[in-house]
Amino acid sequence: MTLEFWALLVALLVGLGLAIKPLGLYMAAIAEGRLPRALLRFETRLFRLAGVDSSQEMGWGAYARALLLFNFLGVLAVYALQRLQGWLPLDPQQFGAVGPRSAFNTAISFVTNTNWQGYAGESTMGNLVQMAGLAVQNFLSAATGIAVAFALIRGFARRSTATIGNFWVDVGRITTYVLLPISFVIALVMVSQGVPQTFQPDQTVGLIAPVSYSIPKTDAQGSPLQDAKGAPVMMTSQATTQTLPMGPVASQEAIKELGTNGGGFYNANSAHPYENPNALTNYLEIFTLLLISAALTYTFGRMVGDTRQGWALLAAMALMFVVAAGAEAHFEQQGNPLLTRQHVTQQATALQSGGNMEGKETRFGIAGSAIFTVAATGTSTGAVNSMFDSNMPLGGMVPMVLMQLGEVAPGGVGTGLYGMLMVALMAVFIGGLMIGRTPEYLGKKIESYQMKMVAIGLLISPLLVLLGTAIAAVVPAGLAGLANPGAHGFSEMLYAYTSASNNNGSAFAGLSANTPFYNLTLGLVMWFGRFVSIVAALAIAGSMASKKRLAVSSGTMPTHGALFVSLLIGTVLLIAGLTFLPALALGPIVEHLTLWGAR
Amino acid sequence: MFRIFRPALTLFLAFTVLTGLIYPLIVTGLAQVAFPWRANGSVIAVGGKPVGSTLIGQAFSAPQYFWSRPSATSPYPDNGLASGGSNLGPTNPALLDAVKARIAALRAADPGNTASIPVGLVTASGSGLDPDISLAAAEYQRDRVAHARHLSPQQVQALINREAHEPWLGVFGEPRVNVLALNLALDKLHVAHVD
Repeated sequence: MTLEFWALLVALLVGLGLAIKPLGLYMAAIAEGRLPRALLRFETRLFRLAGVDSSQEMGWGAYARALLLFNFLGVLAVYALQRLQGWLPLDPQQFGAVGPRSAFNTAISFVTNTNWQGYAGESTMGNLVQMAGLAVQNFLSAATGIAVAFALIRGFARRSTATIGNFWVDVGRITTYVLLPISFVIALVMVSQGVPQTFQPDQTVGLIAPVSYSIPKTDAQGSPLQDAKGAPVMMTSQATTQTLPMGPVASQEAIKELGTNGGGFYNANSAHPYENPNALTNYLEIFTLLLISAALTYTFGRMVGDTRQGWALLAAMALMFVVAAGAEAHFEQQGNPLLTRQHVTQQATALQSGGNMEGKETRFGIAGSAIFTVAATGTSTGAVNSMFDSNMPLGGMVPMVLMQLGEVAPGGVGTGLYGMLMVALMAVFIGGLMIGRTPEYLGKKIESYQMKMVAIGLLISPLLVLLGTAIAAVVPAGLAGLANPGAHGFSEMLYAYTSASNNNGSAFAGLSANTPFYNLTLGLVMWFGRFVSIVAALAIAGSMASKKRLAVSSGTMPTHGALFVSLLIGTVLLIAGLTFLPALALGPIVEHLTLWGAR
Repeated sequence: MFRIFRPALTLFLAFTVLTGLIYPLIVTGLAQVAFPWRANGSVIAVGGKPVGSTLIGQAFSAPQYFWSRPSATSPYPDNGLASGGSNLGPTNPALLDAVKARIAALRAADPGNTASIPVGLVTASGSGLDPDISLAAAEYQRDRVAHARHLSPQQVQALINREAHEPWLGVFGEPRVNVLALNLALDKLHVAHVD
């Protein structure tokens, strides 16, 4: 691994290390309603307008109902905005209405914090849909995830109560006091580095050297002509201009990372120079997308009255993250042996980053691409600054595995924390079985109801991934979308369902997913992957809140030391390893062996 | 059950206005005042005529210009409205074919050059709009450009050095040079030279 890799990794860990405590404390204050009195008075008036009594809390059932309704409303709104785009303002390029199945997929995708994109932004979505549809869900889906984390933390922190908070108050406060101010600052820094923020239409510039290219010749009706052998007839054309796609990009880019959403303004996402112009913005994007998930562990420790509990979760997350980053950089820096044989140099030198540069950008090199990749798939962001489909086989497997681990390194905003807490319950359960004691976590006894919910929450995603991939692999509509032959094609499908079910949104983008089959199946997988685990987490929150908190005794298994951290990581690896190893063997592993074995 | 609809609808509308309209509008307002050139796409003009953005790559194929990274955008390379990569997997025969064709084109334009080719020049970028090439890729092309323009390699190397972006503190970022800036500088130098 290169010096650039270590420098970026250390800078990232230091930056996050400094931010975790202040942001964690701030979010704890918001979760506990410790706000300046003037602010409380102001928001009480707003909440009253909405018919919400901000002092009245909800049980877990009411909390879940409010959450589901609010998110369902989001799906309707985003769907409607896309379908009506032709009649709505702020569509300077006149893209018109989006097709029904694509709109369905995109609506669910943004509401579930997945931001899987079957469409290409610069040629599909006008400014109104981008801002009032997609970017709004970037905020609200992130706030939903954090709200669930708040509710679950309260479940552990409280004793013998029936309520876990008020959903409307949580979502409102998270959006207004956490997401908006941070996004605002990040957006302005982004603009200062070259990310556009404008309502001007796209600009056309004249090229200093025209570009010649060949395209298939068409007849008067527009269908392609073929020669006697059935090959398309080509003709030469010339491009003398280039169109620069404009829009309010920076404001969307900021929340895209902060809310671990990942839906790009442009098709190429964070690989696009307008979304991510240089090494500084690249650092800032990686930092921002890890920020809240990392800080929530501190919020957790603070609220349950023992910050060591939060540090233990963070340590497990960080260890997995660092190992994955190292592996990713290693596999990509190795380069492609097929190219080495063509007299192409992939060596890292002072003059080039080297490595496998297909699908990567010069300004990020291997280090900036690999760490971004691991951060975006260790969280639920799914933004990409390089194209994973062109990664080396194992370089493509690392992001896949990070998602299959349940996205807990450190996971999406809120989802990472409640995912890790479910793993923690599983870990104390296994630990309890091994030493023959009733498992307990933070003084709460873990009983069969909680374990059932944990099992549902942890197993829904593997179920959807394997089922979806299996169906896609046998029906013609699934196989029709593949861009690459052989094992790599299987990886494309496995990646798509892994990404959808874990609400990540990144892709092996060669897969033609904007088809009825993929739009519908991936849409359903995203919806159930998101909300089944959310409801399970809320059920755990409700049942935990109603329990007594037992005092620590000599028989209590400590849940903050190195032993527990290894137990946590072991549990994560155990669940994912048992579930996904066979599927991975058919995709990236066999491709790796063919590539390096073929001498 | 009906009571739940009022907060849902009211808050949904309120947050749509706040995060979907007010937030981007305020950011736009401030951005247009504080960083107008950046906020509008970093467009550069020559003689008053816009010729491109410093951030968006352009394709070059003539020997007297530095060539950019290969671009997989359709229907022509570096199409600003169709960003994206090739998405060809590492074992896909189509990837190897594309690389071989690019090697052949580079060799044909510069028959005397037997150096091994830097990987960036034969692999498509992620965005299809990569504005940069590595310094290794620039130096590989230096003699060809110098020869086509009747300049000395030292003159061209001096331009590369002038336009080069070295990593900050030697480790943050990658060694690179902006192709459009480099080619515009070449044209300027060339005009001066002919005069």
